[in-house]
Amino acid sequence: MTLKTMMAAACVAALGTAALADGHGGKVKVGMITTLSGGGAGLGIDVRDGFLLAAKGNDSLEFVIEDDQRKPDIAVQLADKMIQSEKVDVMTGIIWSNLAMAVVPAATAQGAFYLSPNAGPSALAGRGCHQNYFNVSWQNDAFYEAGGAWASENGIEKVFLIAPNYPAGKDGMTGFKRTFKGEVVNEVYTKLGQTDYAAEIAQIRASDADTVYFFLPGGMGISFMKQYSGSGVDKTVMGPAFSFDQGILGAIGEAALGVKNTAHWSKDLDVPGNAEFVSAFQAEYGRLPSLYAAQGYDTALLLISAMGKADVKDADAFRSALKEADFQSVRGDFAFADNHHPIQNVYMREVVKEGDVVTNKLVGVALSDHSDVYGADCEM
Amino acid sequence: MIRREGIINTLIFLSLPAVAGAALLLDEPFTITLATRAAILALAAVGLNLALGLGGLVSLGHAAFFGIGGYAMGILASHAQSYVPLIDTWIVIEGTKSMPVIWLVAVIASAFAALAIGALSLRTSGVYFIMITLAFGQMFYYFAISWPAYGGEDGLSIYVRNDFPGLNTLVPIQFFGLVFTILALVLWAMGRLAASPFGLALNAARQNAERVETVGLTPFRLRLVAFVISGAITGLAGALFADLNRFVSPSMFSWQMSGEFIVFIVLGGIGRLFGPVAGACLFVVLEHMLSGVSEFWLIYVGAILLLVVLFARGGLIGTLAGRAVAHD
Amino acid sequence: MTTLLLIEQVLNGLQSGIMLFLMAAGLTLIFGVMGLINLAHGSLYMVGAFAAAAVAGATGSFVLALMASLIAAAAAGAVIEMVVIRRLYDRDHLDQVLATFALILIFSEGTRWVFGSFPLYLDVPAALAGPVTLPGGILYPAYRLLIIVVGLAIAAGLFLLIARTRIGIQIRAGESDREMIGALGVDISRLYTIVFALGAALAGLAGALVGAIQSVQVGMGEPVLILAFVVIVIGGIGSIKGALVGALLVGLTDTLGGVLLPLAFGVFMDASTATAVGSALASMSIYILMAIVLLYRPTGLFGTV
Repeated sequence: MTLKTMMAAACVAALGTAALADGHGGKVKVGMITTLSGGGAGLGIDVRDGFLLAAKGNDSLEFVIEDDQRKPDIAVQLADKMIQSEKVDVMTGIIWSNLAMAVVPAATAQGAFYLSPNAGPSALAGRGCHQNYFNVSWQNDAFYEAGGAWASENGIEKVFLIAPNYPAGKDGMTGFKRTFKGEVVNEVYTKLGQTDYAAEIAQIRASDADTVYFFLPGGMGISFMKQYSGSGVDKTVMGPAFSFDQGILGAIGEAALGVKNTAHWSKDLDVPGNAEFVSAFQAEYGRLPSLYAAQGYDTALLLISAMGKADVKDADAFRSALKEADFQSVRGDFAFADNHHPIQNVYMREVVKEGDVVTNKLVGVALSDHSDVYGADCEM
Repeated sequence: MIRREGIINTLIFLSLPAVAGAALLLDEPFTITLATRAAILALAAVGLNLALGLGGLVSLGHAAFFGIGGYAMGILASHAQSYVPLIDTWIVIEGTKSMPVIWLVAVIASAFAALAIGALSLRTSGVYFIMITLAFGQMFYYFAISWPAYGGEDGLSIYVRNDFPGLNTLVPIQFFGLVFTILALVLWAMGRLAASPFGLALNAARQNAERVETVGLTPFRLRLVAFVISGAITGLAGALFADLNRFVSPSMFSWQMSGEFIVFIVLGGIGRLFGPVAGACLFVVLEHMLSGVSEFWLIYVGAILLLVVLFARGGLIGTLAGRAVAHD
Repeated sequence: MTTLLLIEQVLNGLQSGIMLFLMAAGLTLIFGVMGLINLAHGSLYMVGAFAAAAVAGATGSFVLALMASLIAAAAAGAVIEMVVIRRLYDRDHLDQVLATFALILIFSEGTRWVFGSFPLYLDVPAALAGPVTLPGGILYPAYRLLIIVVGLAIAAGLFLLIARTRIGIQIRAGESDREMIGALGVDISRLYTIVFALGAALAGLAGALVGAIQSVQVGMGEPVLILAFVVIVIGGIGSIKGALVGALLVGLTDTLGGVLLPLAFGVFMDASTATAVGSALASMSIYILMAIVLLYRPTGLFGTV
């Protein structure tokens, strides 16, 4: 009843994943729980669209797509439904760490595979790792560690840190400090959902920091950047890509120009398949793809690559096939570490203006072949 | 007419086990989960209904008690799960996975919270009461988000559902049976309470506080007792809700949650014992059916709610029973 | 912390208080005259911001955008007043809460349907983009100063409107005795629509003014709505003066609490614990303020009911 069941048919030849639809894998039923309504729906819609673009025309994939409304209790119930009633083989789609923490342990404990297209809480990378859980995006700390490393190598000495007062905010700042060798002048934790940063900007102005490093996702980041650029404070601004993604840049506009942000993907990244992905996504949906779209796309490519090698009903073989990560990621080289989290490059990007569009440009590699620090605690 | 309403109440109430039973036969475990969800949300709203329906206290902060119940479960079970004692000083208190103990803690904790919040809020009335309960709810919400010890905004995952003697609670139908039994017991107790001298006095205080005072009763005390019982029941529902999801997070404290409880009561029919049950069932069914129709399904929920408030004041039961106003 | 920084933070608190006043004034006016509690007031704030963003995007003019926000919010307010709200005046608060809660759902998802799920772009005009230097050498964003000035001007205008004009007399009469003004031949339903549209226009203007320095997105109205409720409860529901005092109190408490509490705890705790405890307490500070006010004055500072 509530299902938005979609069936697709054809093949993905241009993307180097052809000849898989007729592989020895049978049909695979994919359960996607993502945020499609309410606040933050843009991220879920991008993951879904990226995933469906890569799966377009593949008739051995069958989808059950549901909206979690960004509510953990709804997500848990949908997961129960997908596993118990729909009997899905593979689950994916969750955007937020708190929802992932609610769903992933239950899903993997019931024997389903889970491919994370966006969240990577540290608990699931370390002691809570699971053989059926594969993270195709990043461990939560990755972008921050890259930011800290890049800052250290590029002569930044004093930073001012600012993040919302909740676990992801604190984890992010911890990640930055792990690789940053200079001095942290001040750390400010703001109320989650705060929209006015005048007080914090005044503190930044009064401090002797040379750089502001911030993690304020969604609307919080938009507000911060607009207010910061109007304040006349001219310290360098850095952050993870979450606040400078394509969907958000449109709302910040020129206030974001010059900001350095770390990501594992950029639309101008010169790796095989990326330019094709960007143009195919634009042609299909009429907008530039975001980081989240790229992650959804890669997640589907990974799944399709494993289906070409093993039957999903043979869990051990399918797991090994996933672990090989034998697909051409739009991020370039991609492999799984022993805790099933990515080993990948993280790049530094800069916000620039191309014609009328404010977008990101690659600056360089911040960390190469990076993996997380939690893998040591993972026993599987 | 009263008989007709009685029949409708019985039908609505029995529809829950009927749906769950049919789902069991058809091997649709998720439908059982939905029925369990409806029963738990109904229980939370039954709790609120004592304050709101009988006492006339429009609390927009009942999510606070729901959340406290949820965190009682989350905190106790997470300590039991990690084998770290809850308190480890001169006295050692271990966590627990036993549902009866968790329920007891949830009820006591939320009753104390309701006593504190009620004692302060009941000094005000009308819109001020609505707003101050909302503010207390928000205080708990922000506290839960920024308090790092139990997961903050990420919440707490409990990997295995807690234990009840003699049952395997992980089997959906057994957990449903447990929840449904509690709901039935609470409904029975509420029916008795409403007909008791206390219930009659509370109802009278809602309609005319001065007259109650002249016969020597204190409306403040009556309301405070009702508010505490009401909070305790909602807290119990919170513990069950956390167990249903095996997860607890600050979203249980959000003001939208408080709003939804009120919605259940009004959808079902205000001032009716079975109103919250009907409303919660209707809401779960709507949520389940409409979310498949459109990405923008909340528009339809809003429209339905608006129509009920404007044109069907007796709610579902009132419309079916053909009476706009309940017993008074 | 230096004195200059403290002054700047006080200005920030003042500015956020003034914006809250624009929201709270409409709410309290609507409650005072019609006895209606309107949860959908935050949606009107959102409507104003979206209208401004759309018009600014199409024309590039910030002044036109502000006018659009006033017109769109007032129109939206007048429509919902005539279709929905006027059926609620003689209902109890519970029905009003629920019906306007339903309106929030309809407005939020309807806006998302029309404008999509991504935040919109709205920026301050170039002339006001930078900071200005205040006496004492404080650098302060010009746009925020403008907000303070505009807000104070509107507050003054509102007091004049209510004290001096014919419609103001009717409003005051309506607050004290609703039946009476009907008997005196005032067209009540027209008066109610005007008051509601006026409140909506103020909310819409606040949405547009604030939208230029914050994010214009679905759901932006609800956090402000809750703050505005705190304001009018502190000030006393129905009192414009109370709304002004309450708004400034809340704005200052919120801003200064976030800055000063971590510092205060830093005196006797280590830095990271102080930040954690201070920030946690700061996020609850306005609710604590409200609870304290209501304990001593259960009808707010200037409430009469």
